[in-house]
Amino acid sequence: MSKRTVQFSIYRYDPDKDDAPYMQDISVELEPTDRKLLDALTKLKAKDDTLSYRRSCREGVCGSDAMNINGKNGLACLTDIDELKQPIVLRPLPGLPVIRDLIVDMTQFFKQYHSIKPYLINNDPAPERERLQSPEDREELNGLYECILCACCSTSCPSFWWNPDKFVGPAGLLAAYRFIADTRDQATNERLDNLEDPYRLFRCHTIMNCVDVCPKGLNPTKAIGKIKDMMVARAV
Amino acid sequence: MSIPVLKFDAVIVGAGGAGLRSAIQLSEAGLKTAVLSKVFPTRSHTVAAQGGVAASLGNSEEDHWHWHMYDTVKGSDWLGDQDAIEFMVRKANECVVELEHYGMPFDRTDDGKIYQRPFGGHMSNFGEKPVRRSCAAADRTGHAMLHAMYQRNVKANTQFFVEWMALDLIRDAEGHVVGVTAMEMETGQVVIFHTRATIFATGGAGRIYYSSTNAFINTGDGLGMAARAGIPLEDMEFWQFHPTGVAGAGVLITEGVRGEGGILRNANKERFMERYAPNAKDLASRDVVSRAMTTEINEGRGCGVNKDYVLLDITHLDPNTIMKRLPGIREIGLQFAGVDCIKEPLPVVPTCHYQMGGIPTHYSGRVVTPQNGDYNAVVPGFYAAGECACASVHGANRLGTNSLLDLLVFGKSAGDSAVEDLKAGKAHRELPKDAAEQSLARISAIDNRKGGANVHETRLAMQRTMQNHAGVFRFGDMLKSGVEKILEVEKAARELEIKDKSMAWNTARTEALEMENLIEVAKATMLSAEARKESRGAHVRDDAPDTPEFPNGRNDAEWLKHTLFNPVDNSITYKPVNMQPLTVEPIALKTRSY
Repeated sequence: MSKRTVQFSIYRYDPDKDDAPYMQDISVELEPTDRKLLDALTKLKAKDDTLSYRRSCREGVCGSDAMNINGKNGLACLTDIDELKQPIVLRPLPGLPVIRDLIVDMTQFFKQYHSIKPYLINNDPAPERERLQSPEDREELNGLYECILCACCSTSCPSFWWNPDKFVGPAGLLAAYRFIADTRDQATNERLDNLEDPYRLFRCHTIMNCVDVCPKGLNPTKAIGKIKDMMVARAV
Repeated sequence: MSIPVLKFDAVIVGAGGAGLRSAIQLSEAGLKTAVLSKVFPTRSHTVAAQGGVAASLGNSEEDHWHWHMYDTVKGSDWLGDQDAIEFMVRKANECVVELEHYGMPFDRTDDGKIYQRPFGGHMSNFGEKPVRRSCAAADRTGHAMLHAMYQRNVKANTQFFVEWMALDLIRDAEGHVVGVTAMEMETGQVVIFHTRATIFATGGAGRIYYSSTNAFINTGDGLGMAARAGIPLEDMEFWQFHPTGVAGAGVLITEGVRGEGGILRNANKERFMERYAPNAKDLASRDVVSRAMTTEINEGRGCGVNKDYVLLDITHLDPNTIMKRLPGIREIGLQFAGVDCIKEPLPVVPTCHYQMGGIPTHYSGRVVTPQNGDYNAVVPGFYAAGECACASVHGANRLGTNSLLDLLVFGKSAGDSAVEDLKAGKAHRELPKDAAEQSLARISAIDNRKGGANVHETRLAMQRTMQNHAGVFRFGDMLKSGVEKILEVEKAARELEIKDKSMAWNTARTEALEMENLIEVAKATMLSAEARKESRGAHVRDDAPDTPEFPNGRNDAEWLKHTLFNPVDNSITYKPVNMQPLTVEPIALKTRSY
């Protein structure tokens, strides 16, 4: 890849000076070593230090730089700049209040995550050594525990857009199933009770946007389906 | 201007592994604790750790903490304090088992125990043969650990201040630490956290180098704050590098690539390692390879526009071998270099990875400074743990998997010490009248300065200076000119200007404040490195070569001592290494070889 100039259309909003958000057309020249959308944002920020976004690990494990890229949620650090149609349209994650530019207020998202009691519940006295778990039982957690809480999934989900205060959303439900599936956890019934509600779980209509956008290749819809199955199983 | 004051028993700055582990101790002890973090806790850089955490659980074969201790002392090139090292390795099993109880999804052995794998430098029976000591959750150990500890804190109702940046340490006239100033990033509001205990768990400052495996947030904020408060920084010349990180991106490429036949080439396509290491060539030890790479770049044979990297070539290998043996590396090459290593060589540079030095601490987590002839006088009210602290367990070179162990053990012990000191029941000491003045002055200067230095360019100048003058292999003359250059950069870093004047989530201001912390670390590193006239561990210099009198260039008679860089006047003093373990015989000095 050589030097090239890339065109952007970026959602801008500074509550301190802007009456309303607007789209800013801007371009930047990239070095051959600039591969990822985040590299381009870094270059853009060097030109204009008012451009605001979150970022940290730049390798797809911290979940900071989720944004809406040409209409689809993703991580800037894992998105190849040269595979994007120009102008590259960047918007904040949809459905959450915008604080500034590409930075959204994630309070609602984390509130839902916290609502599922995202911690192991085991009331037996702690043994001196580790609790045993077979490799097969441990295998059940694969595809669940790797979530990076970037919110790409929940903010691509129409059910979450309509009811972010009532529907737990794919990330929170994936976390709920991560603990239900853990043989060391003793609170399965309590966890199912917590989700037995017309909104919290059952607003998932298997639209599967979450699966489509997850940068870690996880499948919240499948986890949600398993929780629904368990609800049905315990009802009969 | 009146600044809001929030009163807490304790404030923890940083919510990575060490901060979260400390927070569990304080929250579960029922103390009113605030945890400040620039990022949501699970975005802290502990999340990127891969290989595992060391503990002599002996789940797959016989192991013993004493063997782990020996390996750690030897790995440190004898610069680690043996009391702190014994303390750490003996706490390892307890700390790892606790994590499992918190719900961490460790991989498992067939009999259901925590899975353990071998790792570099970890041996059985005092250096005899590799031992499986690294407790792992796939290659995502840091992620699994950080999330499990965050979750435990949710359970314990820890009070987080998410996306708050700590600005300065508040010390009173007698030197007691009585809190920190901090800024809420969303609003720009500055607040005083008035406390009885202040724990720093702010991580490393790997971003002082141009090429780093570290996250953007690793800007040494705790070290900067400590330095501005007159606390010396210990052993800052010791940074761990890896020879092959992806140029520009910094993502690590395993040594296994060269094990499969990979060759390093310069801009002339020359296999330059043949000149430096005629027998081992590309498979020479890390310091030799890194020295050779640095020399090629310094002499103008680097590749690219800035001639600042070399090439790692495996295009001559059978593609099936690459797909079978190195599929992850091919993925990294595609993702972060845009290079299919089957067809094209990978651009690599020695990559900064871990800061061995830091804020001097006792193994209890209490911060210590020299005072009236006592090398280790406690700074009342101040604690530090994890990569920002120097206990010192890693000495001149850290073993893989000992970093996650460090943050668990010392995060916990700093928390325990704070609980113990707080229960002793002293009231809040009075805040100095000018408690927030330094922070407000810094912010005001950054906001209002015209014609100052650009943050991005200043940071780049620092990173290139550190990379070229204090890299993996060091040269006496390059260190000397590096000192001059970094002091020049420091001048610019004290005169930063930003265009963004908004109070709402002003990342330009945050980056300027971070730059003021980075430069403290960069300066401490360069000056400490220039001053240490021997080679030891990660600090290897050309004018301290391997001789019969000084094997590997190490000079114990003169240099078996910790550096203390005093940021107030840029002076350097030294303090003895503690060679006396807690209960066992000292691990005696000898030449380090594997």
